[in-house]
Amino acid sequence: MIIKLAVNDLHFSYDSVEILKGLSLNVGNGKVVSVLGPNGSGKSTLIKCIDNILVPQEGKILIDRKDISKMGRMELARNIAYVPQSTIRTFPNSVFDVVLMGRRPYLGWREDPADQDAVWEVLRLLGMEDLAMNTFTELSGGQQQKVLIARALVQDTGLILLDEPTSNLDMWHQIDVMEVLRKLVKKLGMTAVIAIHDLNIASRYSDVIVMMKDGKIVAAGEPELVINSDNLERVYNIQATVRVSDGIPYIIPVARIPLKQGRGGRPGSR
Amino acid sequence: MRGSVARKAPSTKRTRTGKLSKIEEEHSLSVLKKFLFIVLLGVILVIASGIIITIGPMPITVPEVYSILLNKIIPGLFEIESSMNKAVWEIRFPRIAGDIIVGLGLGICGCVMQAVLKNPLASPFTLGISAGAQFGVSVAAIFGVVILGGPYFLVGNAFIFALLCSAVIIALSGLKGATSEMLILAGIAVNYLFQAMNQIFSFIANEDQQLLMSMWGMGGLSDLNWNSILFLGVITMICVPLLYMKAWDLNLMTVGDESAKSMGVDAGHTRIFIMVVSSFYVAVMVAFIGMIGFIGLVAPHMGRMILGSDHRFLIPAAGGLGAVILLVADAVSVNLLSPIVIPTSVTMSIIGVPFFLYLILRGRKKEYWT
Repeated sequence: MIIKLAVNDLHFSYDSVEILKGLSLNVGNGKVVSVLGPNGSGKSTLIKCIDNILVPQEGKILIDRKDISKMGRMELARNIAYVPQSTIRTFPNSVFDVVLMGRRPYLGWREDPADQDAVWEVLRLLGMEDLAMNTFTELSGGQQQKVLIARALVQDTGLILLDEPTSNLDMWHQIDVMEVLRKLVKKLGMTAVIAIHDLNIASRYSDVIVMMKDGKIVAAGEPELVINSDNLERVYNIQATVRVSDGIPYIIPVARIPLKQGRGGRPGSR
Repeated sequence: MRGSVARKAPSTKRTRTGKLSKIEEEHSLSVLKKFLFIVLLGVILVIASGIIITIGPMPITVPEVYSILLNKIIPGLFEIESSMNKAVWEIRFPRIAGDIIVGLGLGICGCVMQAVLKNPLASPFTLGISAGAQFGVSVAAIFGVVILGGPYFLVGNAFIFALLCSAVIIALSGLKGATSEMLILAGIAVNYLFQAMNQIFSFIANEDQQLLMSMWGMGGLSDLNWNSILFLGVITMICVPLLYMKAWDLNLMTVGDESAKSMGVDAGHTRIFIMVVSSFYVAVMVAFIGMIGFIGLVAPHMGRMILGSDHRFLIPAAGGLGAVILLVADAVSVNLLSPIVIPTSVTMSIIGVPFFLYLILRGRKKEYWT
């Protein structure tokens, strides 16, 4: 397996609260990897550390064997693209202009015709060409998410990170976004790391599942190896039945297991 | 995806079919329209300046105005009467040039401040910079504590106190974890603080001091001469290119710091750079012309309503619109009740606010800001 992304002994703290506690992970090239875990387990923090949006206190992150801490912002943006959970929409932008932003790491003072062509090609690939002149904020949540994925695609990176891309979408749009994503990753030979809450969606569309709890990896591997009743109990404190269909495990939640006294509630999402 | 989508981009449909698709044509046309709008603003400025200069006690025609101005570029091109030359070049034109430079500067500063703070309410006025300048003027008027002597005693104080306010805002923006909302709130708080102190000062001031403070407070361009225009022009030539250089990064900043970082922009450094340059620029302008608060807020919004939020076009458009607004408002101020001169900021608000409200209400179905 060619290693695209290697995370070694990663530690990250917000002030004095340790979120990631010595986390290590290798991600193979061309894989769709879903990172699962309860709120506050450190999924989003991990994604942001990989893109150096948050700077870890300890540990190393290598992409194609290069240390990201030694890369400048622009170089990093040519290697890793990031799709945020939501985007700030204070001012209006056309869909075309939002996607064109992804070409920033390659742009000089003005864009090249090739940059515009790249935007058109990605929009066509996602079937969104006709929306190019629409205002981004006028689109539905699912369409907005696809525009943000398009913006990451024109960044022309080998690795794409997504922070809960389906969290605000209805079932149709969840499937739409994940199908598009998986198809593109396979077609374009990229690697995707996705922080996600929906276990069944993750199981259906991922090559690898990483289960996190309290800033550590509890289990990692192919969905059928990782998604089982024992791991669900360990990570989520739930009783669940796992049914396998076409080799893909699906979860039917049964009951939650009461938290032991003194553990308190889980912190909010990081 | 290396080499897959973007790197192969030149061999897209465009070259295969030899022509653009309908939506691509629509996009090219919209870019052209934006460009033409900026050119149009330039043309409006030239024509409006020519017409406005003709208004006054001495009858001068528009061609004569342009002849005088062209003569300054190529001496001896036209034969001009010296009294006419003096009226245009030494009396009327400095004010017009001041309108254009200051309107342009305030429009651009408001635009970039709104972008880096991701807030449609940001402007030199709401960030407290103008109120700081007014405080400096009060100190000079009442206590005679001045930074510069002679004719610039108000300007010097206004500049230093405006800069002081800017420094507070910039220091806050450099703090770890400082958010855009925090800066806006801090600016509004600073604004209130200085307003309160200004009120105390106007309470203890005598009549002359009060007049000095209130005249400066209402903003005006009547004190501008060629020396101050030259100074403002040089500062503009330095600051505007510095701000425009960041147009791409500003586009990315508007969608959030994390996204901007992921696309290669150091959001924190960009915010501090923009705030330092624009605050200094605003401090220089308000020091000379006083409190003119409306342009920095509305010129960028008008630009956004017409052109969208691409700062490569928006920065020049906001500047051009700011210049047109101030030029027209100032001409009305000077000439409407001549020889009485209405303070420029008053005219601007009376004409500008209803027009701006109309634009907001007309565009309410479209999301210009959320």
